[in-house]
Amino acid sequence: MNSIWEYANPKKFIQTTDKVLPWVSILSCVALVVGLIWGFFFTPDDYRQGSTVKIIYLHVPSALMAINAWMMMLVASLIWIVRRHHVSALAARAAAPVGMIMTVIALLTGAIWGQPMWGTWWAWDPRLTSFLILFLFYLGYIALWAAIENDDTAADLTSVLCLVGSVFAVLSRYAVNFWNQGLHQGASLSLDKEENVADVFYHPLLVCIAGFVLLFIALVLLRTRTEIRARRMRALLARERMG
Amino acid sequence: MIALLVRDLKLAMRAGGGFGLGLAFFLIVVTLVPFGVGPKSSLLAAIAPGILWLGALLACLLSLDRIFALDWEDGSLDLLATAPLPMEAIVSVKALAHWATTGLPLVVAAPIFGLLLNLPVEGYKPLILSLILGTPALSVIGTFGAALTVGLKRGGLLLSLLVLPLYVPTLIFGAEMARRGVAGLDNTTPMLMLAGITCGTIALLPFASAAALRVNLR
Repeated sequence: MNSIWEYANPKKFIQTTDKVLPWVSILSCVALVVGLIWGFFFTPDDYRQGSTVKIIYLHVPSALMAINAWMMMLVASLIWIVRRHHVSALAARAAAPVGMIMTVIALLTGAIWGQPMWGTWWAWDPRLTSFLILFLFYLGYIALWAAIENDDTAADLTSVLCLVGSVFAVLSRYAVNFWNQGLHQGASLSLDKEENVADVFYHPLLVCIAGFVLLFIALVLLRTRTEIRARRMRALLARERMG
Repeated sequence: MIALLVRDLKLAMRAGGGFGLGLAFFLIVVTLVPFGVGPKSSLLAAIAPGILWLGALLACLLSLDRIFALDWEDGSLDLLATAPLPMEAIVSVKALAHWATTGLPLVVAAPIFGLLLNLPVEGYKPLILSLILGTPALSVIGTFGAALTVGLKRGGLLLSLLVLPLYVPTLIFGAEMARRGVAGLDNTTPMLMLAGITCGTIALLPFASAAALRVNLR
C-alpha cells in the first residue's frame, strides 16, 4: 500500500500536497532570503571581478534548475508513457514554464555578468548556445501542449517530444562543444573539491541552490494542483451541460 | 512498401505535388543572400557552405507539412494504418519519399547554386558529400515533426518551432564538414559525426514518429 504510486491518485496527491506545500514554500523563502542576503552583503568582493561575482547566486542555481527541470519532465513523461498516471503528465506540463523561466534567468544574468567581464552581452560560446537551444526546446514543448485540444493526445505527443528532445538536447550540447571553443569557465561546483569556488562564496551558494530547488518543487506542486483542479472543473462543467 | 513509395513519388512528381517548389525556394534563398550581405565575392565564398546548408534546411522544412497532411485529409492515412504494413515502415517510406523529392534534388542542384555564391572549386566535393550524408537526417527528423503535428489546424508554424531545434546537430556537423572541406582542412571528424547522426536517426526516429502518428490517428 505504501508505494510511491499512491500519489498517482489525484485526490491523494492534493491531500498530501496540502500538507507539504506550505512547508516547502516557507523553507524555499527562508533559504532564498538567507542565501541571497548572505551572498550579496556578507561576502567579500572578488579581487578581480569586484562585486559582479555576486550574480553567481542567481546564475548558477537557475542554470542548474533549468537542466534539472527538463530531467524531471523526462522522468514524468516516461512515467506517463509506461504507467499512464495523469498526475505525472500534468506535473511535466506544470514544470515546463518554470524550467523555461529558469533558462531565461540563467541567460539574462549571464549576459549581465558577461558585459563587464567579457566585454560582450552575448558570445557564441558552447554553454551559452546550448542554453539557448534548451530554451527553444522548452518553447516547442509548451507550444505543442497549448496547440492540442485533447488532453490525453497532448500528453502522449509531448511525452514523445520530450524523449526525442532529450536525446537531441544532449546531442546539441556535444555538437556545439565541437563547433566553437568556450569563453565560459568550467564548472563552478563539482564533487571533487579542487575545482570549487572558494568557501566564502561556496556556502551561501549552496543555500541559494537549496532555495531554488525548493522554489522549483513548490511551483511545480502548485501548478500541478491548479491543473488537476482545472481539469476537474472542466469535467464538472461538461457533466452539468450534459445533465 | 514499394507500392507506397511509388505512389508517393508519383503524387509528388505530378501536377500539384509541388515537386519543384523546394528547389525554387532554395534558388530564391541563394539569390537573396547577396542582396543582404553585399556582392563581394570573397565574402560570399566564405559563407557559401553555410548559406547552402541553411537553404537546404529551410527548403526541407517548407515541404514537411505535406508529408502527412494530404493523406490525413482524404483519409488514406487511416487506410494505411489499417494495412498489414507496420506503422514504422509507413513512416520510413514517407521519409524516403520526402528525401527523394526534396533532399536529392537539392543535392543535385547544390553545385549550380554554389557557382552563384562563388564557391571555390575544391569545395564542391565536400559540400555535395555533406549534403548527401546530411539531408536524409533532415527528412527523417522532419517526418517526426510532421507526425507530431499532423492533426493540428495551425500546425505549420508549430512544426518549424518543433523541428528546427532538432536540426541543430545535423546543421552544425554538416556545415562544419563543408566549411572545412572548402578551407582545405581535414574534415573526417565532422563527416563521421554527420554520418552517425544520419544512421542513428534513420534507425531510431521512425519508432517515435510511428508512436506519434498512432496517437494522432486514435
